[in-house]
This record gives sequence, C-alpha cells and structure tokens, in this order.
Amino acid sequence: MVKLTIDGKAVEVEEGTTILDAAAKAGIMIPTLCYFKDLNDIGACRVCVVEIEGQERLVSSCNTVAQEGMSVLTNSHKARHARKTNVELILSQHNTECTNCVRSGNCSLQDVANDLNIIDIHYKVDYQKEPWNENFPLIRDSSKCIKCMRCVQVCDKVQAVNAWSVKNRGKRTTVGVTGGIPMEQSKCVLCGQCITHCPVGALRARDDTKLVLDALADPEITTVVQVAPAVRSAWGESLGLTHEEATPGLMANALRKIGFDYVFDTDFAADLTILEEANEFLERLNHKDEYQFPMFTSCCPGWVRYMKGHRPDQVPMLSTSKSPQQMFGPAVKSLFKKEKDLDPEKVFCVSIMPCVAKKYECAVEELRDVSEKGDVDASLTTREMIRLAKVCGITADALEEDNFDNPLGIATGAAVIFGATGGVMEAALRTAYFAVVGENPDPDAFKDVRGIEGWKEATFDLAGTPLRVAVASGLANTERLMQAIDAGEVEYDFVEIMACPGGCAGGGGQPIHDGQEMAEERGKVLYGLDKVADLRFSHENPSIDMIYKEIYGEPLSERAEHELHTDQATWDMVPAQCK
Amino acid sequence: MPLLAVARPSGDQLTVDEIRSTLTRRFEASAYPPCPVDFASGYVGMCAAQSCGKCTPCRVGLPKLQALLERVLDGTAKERTITEIEELAEDIYLSADCAIGYDAASTAWRAVQGFREDFEAHVHTGQCGASAFTAIPCMRGCPARVDIPGYIALVAEGRYQDAIRLIRKDNPFPLACGLICEHPCEPECRRNMIDDAVNIRSIKRFAVDHSDNDYTPFHYEPTGKKVAVIGGGPAGMSAAYFLALMGHAPTVFEQRESLGGMMRYGIPAYRLPRERLQDEMDFLVKQGIEVKLNTSVPGDVSFDELRENYDAIYVAIGAHTDKKLGIDGENAEGVMSAVQILRAIGDGHHPDFTGKRVAVIGGGNVAMDCARSAVRLGADHVSIVYRRRIDDMTCQREEIDGAIAEGCELMELVAPLAIMTENDQVTGLQVQKQMISKVDRGRPAPVKANTEPEVLPFDVVLVAIGQDIEVDPFEGLGMHINRGMLVGDEFARVQGLEGVFVGGDCESGPATVIKAIAAGKAAARNIDDYLGFHHPIKQEVDVPTAAPGDKLPCGRSNAIERPVHDRVDDFDLMEQGLSVEEAMQEASRCLRCDHFGYGAFREGRQEEW
Repeated sequence: MVKLTIDGKAVEVEEGTTILDAAAKAGIMIPTLCYFKDLNDIGACRVCVVEIEGQERLVSSCNTVAQEGMSVLTNSHKARHARKTNVELILSQHNTECTNCVRSGNCSLQDVANDLNIIDIHYKVDYQKEPWNENFPLIRDSSKCIKCMRCVQVCDKVQAVNAWSVKNRGKRTTVGVTGGIPMEQSKCVLCGQCITHCPVGALRARDDTKLVLDALADPEITTVVQVAPAVRSAWGESLGLTHEEATPGLMANALRKIGFDYVFDTDFAADLTILEEANEFLERLNHKDEYQFPMFTSCCPGWVRYMKGHRPDQVPMLSTSKSPQQMFGPAVKSLFKKEKDLDPEKVFCVSIMPCVAKKYECAVEELRDVSEKGDVDASLTTREMIRLAKVCGITADALEEDNFDNPLGIATGAAVIFGATGGVMEAALRTAYFAVVGENPDPDAFKDVRGIEGWKEATFDLAGTPLRVAVASGLANTERLMQAIDAGEVEYDFVEIMACPGGCAGGGGQPIHDGQEMAEERGKVLYGLDKVADLRFSHENPSIDMIYKEIYGEPLSERAEHELHTDQATWDMVPAQCK
Repeated sequence: MPLLAVARPSGDQLTVDEIRSTLTRRFEASAYPPCPVDFASGYVGMCAAQSCGKCTPCRVGLPKLQALLERVLDGTAKERTITEIEELAEDIYLSADCAIGYDAASTAWRAVQGFREDFEAHVHTGQCGASAFTAIPCMRGCPARVDIPGYIALVAEGRYQDAIRLIRKDNPFPLACGLICEHPCEPECRRNMIDDAVNIRSIKRFAVDHSDNDYTPFHYEPTGKKVAVIGGGPAGMSAAYFLALMGHAPTVFEQRESLGGMMRYGIPAYRLPRERLQDEMDFLVKQGIEVKLNTSVPGDVSFDELRENYDAIYVAIGAHTDKKLGIDGENAEGVMSAVQILRAIGDGHHPDFTGKRVAVIGGGNVAMDCARSAVRLGADHVSIVYRRRIDDMTCQREEIDGAIAEGCELMELVAPLAIMTENDQVTGLQVQKQMISKVDRGRPAPVKANTEPEVLPFDVVLVAIGQDIEVDPFEGLGMHINRGMLVGDEFARVQGLEGVFVGGDCESGPATVIKAIAAGKAAARNIDDYLGFHHPIKQEVDVPTAAPGDKLPCGRSNAIERPVHDRVDDFDLMEQGLSVEEAMQEASRCLRCDHFGYGAFREGRQEEW
C-alpha cells in the first residue's frame, strides 16, 4: 500500500494506483477529457494535470502513479490555471456550435468547459473542416475532433480493426482513415464503438429519422416498427428512467405514440432466426464432411463485415441465416401481403437497433428479397429512437404500460437474450437440444456461456454427442479466437461472435455515458426478462408456428432459404447509400 | 571626433545567443520524426526571421516560399504548386544578395528533391505520407531496437540483472555493447534538448558489471530444426542465440580459434577484454548453440554438405580482408594491415614494436585501434597519417583524444605516395601534403598542395584504410555479389538459394557491432518464419512505471579512462565504469520517452518481436 496526501487529505491506495484513482478514492474528482479507463491513458489533453508539492511542473493524474509520501494538490492556482488554459486551447480548435450538435448535453468537453467557468475563449477560433461522405452510416466531423485518440485506441485495441489512424504531425495532427482512403472503401466494420467512446460530437451515426418521419406522414404507407432485444435494456437511460422502470411495455407505448401503425418486436424474428440457424447447424452436423467447422453465427453485421474485410476466405463458415432484423423484413411484408393484401412496396419497415452496422445491413442489395426498395426500409439506433420520441414531444411521464402488436410482437425469453453476449448461443442450444432429444432441456442448462468475458467456451452433451461451443464479443477477442482456430490450438463446432464487447447491449448505437462501459449491467436486464418470461424456448413461440404455417412451411424450406437465408460473400462492403 | 564605445554584449543579445545554442541542441536531438514538408516550412520560416530585409528575394521571397509550403500542408495545393515552389526557390537562390537568402532557398530546393514523394502525398491525399517510426528517440537510433528507457529504469531501481535480461531481448551482447558500442542512440536522446544526452552506453556497462548473469532465458520447445551459422561474430552469434531460444538447433562454424569475430579480432583487448568477451560468449553458447571452431566454410566443410544436413543456413562471415593502398613498397617487411595486426593480437600474439617508429595510415576507428595498440606494443613513436583534416576523420572524437593522450601524433592533410624500403625493409613513407578543398559527395575533399613530396622515416607502416569481404568462395556457390558484398533481400534471404540467409558486415560492408547484432536478430526472425514457426521473443521482466519529477539541467557523467602512464603498457581494460552515484544520476536523467510523449500512445515499447 502507498500512503499519500491529496489536497491535505491522507489517502492509502494500492501500489500502482494512479493519482486520478487515488483522488477519486478520497472523494476528490479531477476533471478529465481524453482519459478512458483501461483504454486511453496517453495524457494528451492535459486537463487532468495536478501539482505535486516540491515539483515545478504539473503532472497528468490519469497516468502518473501515486508514490509514497507524495503531496498532491489538485486545486492549486497553477493546476487550475493550466487546466483552464488547456481547455480554452482545445475550444479554440473546436466547432462550438453546440446548439445543433448531437452530443449537446452529453458532451464531456461542454461539461468540463462549463465546470471550469469558461465563458469566453481568449484565442482565435480556427478549426479543421474536412469533407466526409454524409451517406456513410458513420460520420466524422473533423471540426469537433479534440484529438483524444480514443477512437484510434478502441478500434485498435478492442476491435482490432485499425480503421482509424493518426494523420499528419505537429499542429496538423488529427485522426483520419487508415491508408488515407475514403471511409466507404475502408474495412471499417461499422461497430460504432468509436462513436460511443468519443467524448464529443466528432463521431456520430448517420441520422435517418427524417426518412421515418416522412413515412409516418404518408397516408399511402403502412409503417411497421421492430425493436431489437438489446434496445429494451437501454432505451430509458436517456429519458431519466431506471432499468427497472423502463419496461418493454413502456417502450412499445413510446413507439405507438410516435405513430407507427404496428409496433412489433425483433425478438419474434430472433426466435425465427433460432429455428433456421439451429436447424442449419444440425444439417451441417449431419453432413460434416461438406462443411468447414466451426459454424459462426451471422446475426451481427459488424462481425459479418469483419469477416468480409479481414478474413474473406472464411466467410463460408458463417451461418447463411439472415440476422433477426433481416428476417423480420420479409416475414412482415410476406405476411401482410398474404393476409392484408398489402403491397410490400407500400409497407415501410423500421428497425430500432443498438447498432450502426444495421444501417449498412438493411441497405445491402442482396437482402432485398421481398421488396425492391429493401426488406427493411430504415434502421434507427437506440439514440435516434429517443430523439424521435423527443421530437414527438413524448416524455417518460406520459408513457403507460402497453403491449406489442400481434402476431409479430410475440417472442420468448430465448430471443430477449440475443442482446447479450452468449445469448444467441444459449437460445440456439435450447432449441437444438429439443430438436435432437425431443424434449426441452432445463432452460438454464446452457448458462455457462453467459457473462461479460471476451472469450468463453463450453462443451455440452447433445444426446451423447459432445458439442464444443465458444462465444466471443469484441473483435480483438474474436481475432485471438480466430488465430487459435487457425493454429489448430482450439476446435469448436459452433461459435457465436458479437462485434461489440458484451454483445448488442454494449452496441455502438446505444445511449452514450462517457467513460462507462454499460454492457454488463444492460445484459443483466435481458437475463432478468428471460428469467420471468412465460416462454423460454424459441420453438414454443406460437407466432413462429403461425409464420411457418402461413408462409415458410418449415425451417430450411425453399421459401425460407430464399427469404431467410443469404450468401454474405455476395454483399458489397460499400454501403448502397454511398454508391 | 566622436568617442568609440567598447563593445559589450547587451542583455537581449545574450538571450538570443542562448536561444541559438538551444536551437542547435534541439534540432540535433531527435523529436518525433516530423512531417518533412512541415519541417521544411518551419526551416524556411526560421530563415526568413534571419533576413536583414534589404533584398527582395530574401525579404519577400522566403515568406512567399513558406506560404506555398503551407498550402501544400493545408491540402489546398495543386500539382503545379510543387513546381512553383521549386521555381521560386531557384530564383531566390540565383538572385539573393547574400547567403541568408540563397542558402535558405538552396536547402528548400533540396528538400523538394529529397522528399518529393511526401510533397505529392500531401497534394494528392491531403495528408502526410511519411511513414511512422519508433516514437522513442534512443530506440529509433538503435539498429537492434533495444529497450533503452526500460533498462535504464531497471538500473535506477537496482535491478541490474533484470536490465540485462531486458537488453538481451533484443541484443545478446550487453557486455560488448556496454564497452564498445558506438551508441547511435545517444545523439538521438531527447535529453539533448535540455543539456546533453544520457550516457546510455555507460549505464549499460554498469548494469553488466553489477549483474551476476545467473538466469536462463525462456526457451521454446525443441523443434528439431537445424541451422548452420557460418561465422561466430556478432551477427552469427546473435542469430544463433535467438534461434536457440526459438527451439531450433544452431551450429556455428568459426574459422578461427575463438568466437567473437571482429569483437575479438578487430577490437583490441584494452577496449574489450578477451576473458569478459569469452564469458559473454559462454553464456550464449550455454543456451543451446553448438560451436565448431577452426572450421572454415567452404574449406573444412563444404557448403553443399551444410545445405544437405541443415534446414537453413546463415552466412555471416564478416569483412576480414584488408584493403590495399596500391602504392610502391606495400609488400615490404614492416608493412602490416590493420586486419593482420589486430587478428594476431586477438589470438594473443603480440608483435614487439619496442623502439620502432610506427606510421598508421587511415582515419577511422580501426586506425585509432592500431595506433593505440602500437603504443602498447612498445613503439617509440606513433604517427597517424591522414589525407584529410582531423575534423574529417570518421572515428569517434573520444578515440582521437585517447590516441593523442597516449602520445600518438596526428598528421593531417598528408597523403602517402610510396613506402620507402631498403633491402625490402621499411625505412619511411613518402608523402604529399594536401589542402582541403571543395565538397565532393558530401565531404570536403583534399587536393594536392603546392609543395614537393617529402619522406618521413618509419620502421613499421600499419595500413588501416578499410576492410573487404572474402566473397570469392561464395560467388562460386551461386550467391550474388554487388560491389564486393554478398547480396541478400530486405529479409536477409539469398535469392535463388532456398533457405540461405546472409547478414552482417559481409552483406552491409564493414559497419558496427550493433548493426551486425541487428542483422543477426532479423535473420533469426526470418529463419524461424522460413522454418514454418512463429516464436516471438518476449519481454521477460516488468519495466518500472515512470515516476513524475522535474528534469532540471544536470551535467552528463562520462566514463573516464585509466591514467595514461598506467594504461599504455598493457592491454587491460582502459575505461573505468561509472561509480554507483554517477550511474544513478545518469539513470535519473533519462526522460522516459516511453511514458512521456508519443511513446505512451503508439510506436512505443515493443514487448515482443
């Protein structure tokens, strides 16, 4: 243990603790900006500087380790003055049009500038403004970048994608696309982790709310909304609701108030995915010599883009099953055509997703199997859904318990856990077990694949056959797993991959809480919903029975293959909107 | 008559002078490698600040030149802008009245020629095209990329053996390098910005002197692969050491009676004691290297035999033949090449120069080694004969100082014409005085002075004008030769000979120990890869975190040498190491560029390779 004093207060901390953490332990909050725990402690912004008594120059508290006997002053004149100057310098190169910034009210620079009582900038304001393809699902506004380098770090260290690089030197140093190419040509997987780790509004997802508002206003159009499992774990955060208060029922009510004609649930399509994917997996197991193993899940478009961009030879190892979002589109449009005689071109299907890559996926030309304009017409992030609600004047107080509409609003607990790492695997195993054994397992039989760890593995007994499975989330963890597979160090039959750490709960389209990783807490919300669900097996969902009876016949049928499966190899990496 | 004031420096002039010397130090030290165009723009701006303002091209032209460079940097330039920059620079060069203007323009013009690709990258992509480098200055200077801030931090904590272990992650020869490395790291040291470079080499030696070397590095499981290494010098032994750690079975074929190559047969014992070098070799051999001494390839063992019996071959034969002067009398009795005499000393055969007048021809480190060895061999008088100026000598400054201190005479601007003989015995050297003149290929070249040749009396002439490589036996084996050197590709592979690699002096031409070590390190990685493996060599010790603290200016402690009268009679180690207090102070001078600056973000510490 190390004893030191901070602002005169005695603190005892473990060896290796930074001054920042030691101060927090003493209840003293030092402002930070570029720092992000366990991700970025490069001491770039110099906002967290503090004085150490006896030393002339200040030190950055985020990456300076507390030492025995040290006397730290976080609030000395020197520290305050330099800290304020540095924030002013950053502001002098920052586009401070906060009124029309997507991060207004949720911006660390705004917070720190306000906290330091900066009401005037002494320096000439002069920021970089570089062109950007505004049709790309991920948008970088160089005029707001504060060069904290978190985007570079998360893309490198957590995602192993290396889409961002530092470009130029000296005063022109900034962040650019690796290789200096246009972003739409890069191997960015669109996970959106750089967005959720950006302290300001320099990175954001493309805003598609106008598309939705226009469709809602069109009397010729029937609007349908589907909500992804993980959205229900996070949507209330920006409306001031606790996780307990923000029930799926209130969420459905918010969407109804926005004005959608039908409020459905992507969870239904998640159950459908399980039926297709579990049967596909059993099919592959029965014809082992025809397939390369393991089979990888394919419901995460960030992961699919990773495979396509970084490991193209292994794309055939992906399950051909479409993601729940992309199964929902054809299902609703085919069903409405049959039952209501609605032209698919007149049905506007909106998805609410915790995800940025879904904006790419819904526009993939090869996924237009039922509707020429796209089976899913627009994909909004959780953040856009909240903004849409606010545009419509919806407050938390006004919401009341509601239900999803039938029949595509009915789903099981197995579908809900899709939103957490391990959930797809667990849901698939519940149904695969039933398919092989003929009776349901204990719904919690496969809980070994739950939890926030980046790479989990387990072996289950499937009617006498050992089934080796693995689950990874975060693409750097995934890359380690892939290299181990390549090197023959591990062997699996079935592997679930989610690009975002913790799965969709930690998705790049979720509400942003700067400095916090929310996936674990949100994941628990989903497992809580599964635990109390009446139905916990995808194959027991009555609407699944209905959709096979009405439309698809049975899993892997010809029509199912056409509308519910795809060959990811044919997808163009360049988003359709950018062409 | 007006009175004449006595000139006294004014306060502001003193400050300007101080800034000027800071500026020199600052730009000699290494920052993060700047954008070349940005650097050129800053340079032109600085030159413009020096303009007196009288003449148009300099007063107006230099700022306009900088403005054009800034346009390139801002991404608003067209292809045409590069030409405009060249044309403006040329016109300033041609028409400026004095050097303030024309030399600035000439440098700017050379900048465009030198990094045109980066100018074009800015114009075409709107960003700098210069590639990134190691962010830690000293490590960037070190060819083997030794973790210098890491081991200095370990020394500061008294963890000497851990320091050695960290050094050996990249460089198997901490002792040799602690004593004789030419320390290309030090000129890069960022501490130069404050006062002077950290004495990195002496800190390394201090760690070696205080470590008991009692550890075994991590070895991978044996692979069963055999690698033949031809040559037991720094390149060959470095490759063999790392290959042994990677689990392979290296065999070193050394044609002499001891390992060490030029470390033993080129560097005299007073700089690198034989017993200590042997200890270092023994440690490496113990890690799983088979050694065959007195075995030359091809000769005792044929190259084909090696190709048949080994999975890969590394050719690291060094540069061990001497360059000739090509003048009369060169074959007379009393004429020896540097290679001959240093090799003899290396094997413990000391010629007796008692009472003799010795001339050493050359101006490099090897010439100094010969001269100072001659002093120790009892020479009555040693003259170092060099056709350029002392300032032009390629050896390190401290070698010159040491030679002078030991009584050697430096004869600059003297070119040998012939070696005078009597009965095939050297009697003297006929020389021609030179004068230094125009710069040719980057160096001021000597020309003949308008004087008659003269003859200087000598009994021994030592020729130290460089070494060649014994390429002939290898040319016949299908290896390519270029300008007297064996040819490998950038990954040390010999084209056309599957599984054969080449490196060190024989591939680069005579260079330094640390460059040979770096070549051996790279060869080990590439041979491991060729054999179908990927065995990363990993850092085995933790580096202490950097502590905060003001880095106030503090003088650099240099290692001192034994008193001249004491050292000139023996070949014992000449340099005395730093005291504990000196070593600790030097270690505390390190700015920890692995933590402070860009190294904390990217391109910093490499924990494995």
